[in-house]
Amino acid sequence: MADSITLEVTRYRPEEESEPRVQAYQVPLRGEWVVLDGLNYIKDQLDGTLSYRWSCRMGICGSCGMTVNGEPTLTCSAFLTDYAPGPIRVEPMRNFPVIRDLVVEVGDFMRKLPTVKPWLIRDEPTPLDLGEFLQTPAQMDEYAQFSMCINCMLCYSACPVYGLDPDFVGPAAIALAQRYNLDSRDQGAQDRRDVLNTAEGVWACTFVGECTTACPKGVDPAGAIQRLKLSTALDSVRSLLWPRGAR
Amino acid sequence: MIFPTPVSDFQPRWYRRRPSTFWFVERRSYQLFVLRELSSVFVAWFVVFLLLLVRAIGAGPAAFAAFVAWSGQPWMLVLNVVALLFVVLHAVTWFALAPDAMVLKARGRRVPRHQIIAAHYAVWAVASVLLAWLVVA
Repeated sequence: MADSITLEVTRYRPEEESEPRVQAYQVPLRGEWVVLDGLNYIKDQLDGTLSYRWSCRMGICGSCGMTVNGEPTLTCSAFLTDYAPGPIRVEPMRNFPVIRDLVVEVGDFMRKLPTVKPWLIRDEPTPLDLGEFLQTPAQMDEYAQFSMCINCMLCYSACPVYGLDPDFVGPAAIALAQRYNLDSRDQGAQDRRDVLNTAEGVWACTFVGECTTACPKGVDPAGAIQRLKLSTALDSVRSLLWPRGAR
Repeated sequence: MIFPTPVSDFQPRWYRRRPSTFWFVERRSYQLFVLRELSSVFVAWFVVFLLLLVRAIGAGPAAFAAFVAWSGQPWMLVLNVVALLFVVLHAVTWFALAPDAMVLKARGRRVPRHQIIAAHYAVWAVASVLLAWLVVA
């Protein structure tokens, strides 16, 4: 095995250049190193001006999403040896404006997320002295998969619909809406329907399915969106047939 | 895309990569997706072809013979073979994706994906046999 590998990193320094360029770095090729370790090596040893986001290094925080060899990837879980002999192309996440080097502007997602009300909604507040909401394992299984989302936004990076139509609410936000819709303690599905049952909501999705492929946590946003399409369509038919009883 | 109201005169110079017109060439999965979308055109063509056939049958034996002669031309045969391939692609990919939208429960357990797909193929086969029987009988 070679003792080093080349990382071709996208650089963008807005005060110096009008568009990104590629800079190559040689980093040690170690069995236990991931792409993020390579970037940290560059930052510490070769070029302190390189900018990128990272935090936990264990696939929990969702900060270090980038495009590695064209694939939306968490760089903390992409081992250098899997890309040997290289070179490895490291680019910022697609479909987001680039602020600097590998850092993208994620405010759009952060502003869209609360619009789907990803929290438990109750018709009437339940007094605390009634105790906790009980839930069976089967009831938890209904939504558990969707609760694994770490907001890494790789699904937005993979979604061509979001790239072409930035008004699309997007895979992660809709999957999180579905996470609460499927929760037995929640009563807010109707509230969320106003945001989801729109041209920018579930109906913008053309079911490319790449969000599910890209998800590092096994969440299935594409499935969540198709299930919501089915349930909102049935709701619309019901409200057409029984206008008074639907809501 | 939702952008905040600027809070200062300073706006960072973000770099935005515009998606290419041919974005779907980039990945194999995108190519398959675009082919699947394109297959809808051929599904629509088969509907038009069927309506033309029904109209010809309704107009009498001479019109039907003219329709058969028209649809037997080489370019029509090529078009319909291509359309058939796209319609098969449409059906197969549709069935493969159906379990993502349909979450069915039986005895408290989720019905496995392959059973939902198999049920779709079974309904397809039954409908085809029924139609064939109607036409032949």
